[in-house]
Amino acid sequence: MPYVCILEVSVKIHEYQAKSILAKYQVPVPKGDVADNPDRAVEIARDMGGSVWVVKAQIHAGGRGKGGGVKLARSLDEVRAHAESIIGMTLVTHQTGPEGKHVKNVLVEAGQDIQRELYFGIVIDRATSCPVVMASSEGGMDIEEVAADNPDAIMKEVVDIEVGLMPFQARKIAFGLGLSGKQIRKAVSFMQATYKAFIDSDSSLLEINPLMIDGAGELIALDAKMTFDDNAMYRHPDILAMRDLDEEEPSEIEASKFDLNFIKLNGTVGCMVNGAGLAMATMDIIKIAGQEPANFLDVGGGATQERVEAAFKLILSDPAVKAVLINIFGGIVRCDMIARGVIEAARNLDLKVPVVVRLEGTNAEEGLALLNDSGLGLIPVQGLAAAARKVADVVKGA
Amino acid sequence: MSILVNNHTRVVVQGITGSQGSFHAEHCINYGTQIVAGVTPGKGGTSVIEDQVPVYNTVAEAVKKAGANVSLIFVPPPFAADAIMEAADAGVALVVCITEGIPTVDMIHAYNFVQRKGVRLVGPNCPGVITPGACKIGIMPGHIHRPGRVGVVSRSGTLTYEAVGQLTALGIGQSTCVGIGGDPVIGSNFTDILKLFNDDPDTDGVVMIGEIGGTAEDEAAVWAKANMKKPIVGFIAGQTAPPGKRMGHAGAIIAGGKGTAAEKMQIMSECGIHVVNSPADMGSKMREVLS
Repeated sequence: MPYVCILEVSVKIHEYQAKSILAKYQVPVPKGDVADNPDRAVEIARDMGGSVWVVKAQIHAGGRGKGGGVKLARSLDEVRAHAESIIGMTLVTHQTGPEGKHVKNVLVEAGQDIQRELYFGIVIDRATSCPVVMASSEGGMDIEEVAADNPDAIMKEVVDIEVGLMPFQARKIAFGLGLSGKQIRKAVSFMQATYKAFIDSDSSLLEINPLMIDGAGELIALDAKMTFDDNAMYRHPDILAMRDLDEEEPSEIEASKFDLNFIKLNGTVGCMVNGAGLAMATMDIIKIAGQEPANFLDVGGGATQERVEAAFKLILSDPAVKAVLINIFGGIVRCDMIARGVIEAARNLDLKVPVVVRLEGTNAEEGLALLNDSGLGLIPVQGLAAAARKVADVVKGA
Repeated sequence: MSILVNNHTRVVVQGITGSQGSFHAEHCINYGTQIVAGVTPGKGGTSVIEDQVPVYNTVAEAVKKAGANVSLIFVPPPFAADAIMEAADAGVALVVCITEGIPTVDMIHAYNFVQRKGVRLVGPNCPGVITPGACKIGIMPGHIHRPGRVGVVSRSGTLTYEAVGQLTALGIGQSTCVGIGGDPVIGSNFTDILKLFNDDPDTDGVVMIGEIGGTAEDEAAVWAKANMKKPIVGFIAGQTAPPGKRMGHAGAIIAGGKGTAAEKMQIMSECGIHVVNSPADMGSKMREVLS
């Protein structure tokens, strides 16, 4: 089997939420709770008892420890001090980008007696169209780095979804991790429970990194990350409710309200296209013409005039946009309808940037006539290459 | 000749009484496709599209009474995997699933099921299959196509239309155009369709349109190097796509640094595929390769 090709989709949740899902399946997780203020953090620690606690920033990005978002406390005063410093901080990690993420909550957990740190993960593998369970004795490391540097250190078991993760597969992994004695049975239970949580919740990626073994030989999920198949979220209202919109790009949330597929990029040419493949190809040809796309935007097959207007507004709300390229290959979507949406939006908005429009397919001529008659100075172009060249020219002229 | 569908194809449309199903079934009929039946559970005994198409409660009935041998599916995502399995169980030879947004786990079950039944599945999340001048099974605009001898296979919808539009404008007709779909779990991959084109005496060359994510293009390229007797023109969409972002299609994502356009284009070139950098050059490259 080649490398595992991870399918990652957009619904993500926080560590404490992933652990709450795992706990429902009897996967052992550390005792703890989430706090949005230092008083509550101290209360959680006091109620749990013990003498060592961990205060962990709850953001979706990884690498929190290195960024100062995970701290050990040896007294309740230290719990308070750490909670005070972490809640409200802007945490920068290798996954957040330089602007970082604002921390709203901390997870306060009982300190653990860590003897070994392992890696355990489950993904849906595209190459085999099967769930794949992965494990490595190099816990705590970024699994992608391990995969690159030492691929043999990762064990994989392809799961037949019709029968689930079988005990023999879990045993293979457990022995491979160097476990022995009673730990084998515990590891099999741990893996099977985790697999069940993964499948039942329509997860697309589940990582327990590290999976720790304590002094008593118990396996515990010290960290947990889960992402979900957004196509399946209609049957998981509980998981959808865990979505933290503050962790997501505001323009992408706005786009999702109108069923638009929108991804913000860093260029200057805004694009509005029907179809994901053509939208990517349009970004590519803008680049070939010497400019950079400002976004990916698929208005979809069932685009209405209202959605086209919303899309246009979204593109123009980005101050970096110096020109817009509209590229529509009409099939089900009629070009005249797209033209009406564009004209309506252009009238309602104070249009300050040039707009190059390429319409082809169903009712293209009618659409072009509407644009020409609108008196709004929209620039019609024929052909994909010519459209990209034209928009590059107007950006340079701007 | 052609692949997958021709003028003997008899189609049952699952979900024909829905707005998408009835709209596209009518367009298929207008193109000349034999839509012989529709299926909507609970609406058996009625008929739709100006009383031309009888509706049955089950696909099995549509196969038995109307002689359907291909199914076209417009059933909403929560019920689509079940619809695929119903079609495969009823004994049609080909299932074309247009539905977008089927949960991955459901699709894995459906994929395993059709494999066991030995039925070919195209899609889901695809524009369908068209043999120009003979049979259109899907949502593509029929009028941009011309009958001819170049095959098209693609993960995308409108980008396929773009390629077809370029070919037609240059006077190059198409044998069959197949949209295999943008989801991570699909019934037929590039290699499956290339094999069919390779064996089709009426296909001279193939335009293959891939995109970022997964390794299906790489595997097809390696297969083509060893087996393909006909030239392939290739394009990969998403050369400018950032890693970790899902570009519309559920399957179009660069994950773990893998599945980039550059990587795919290199492997395809090394395997003898005529790769174009610009999506505007797909048609002209095919003309050059065939001349």
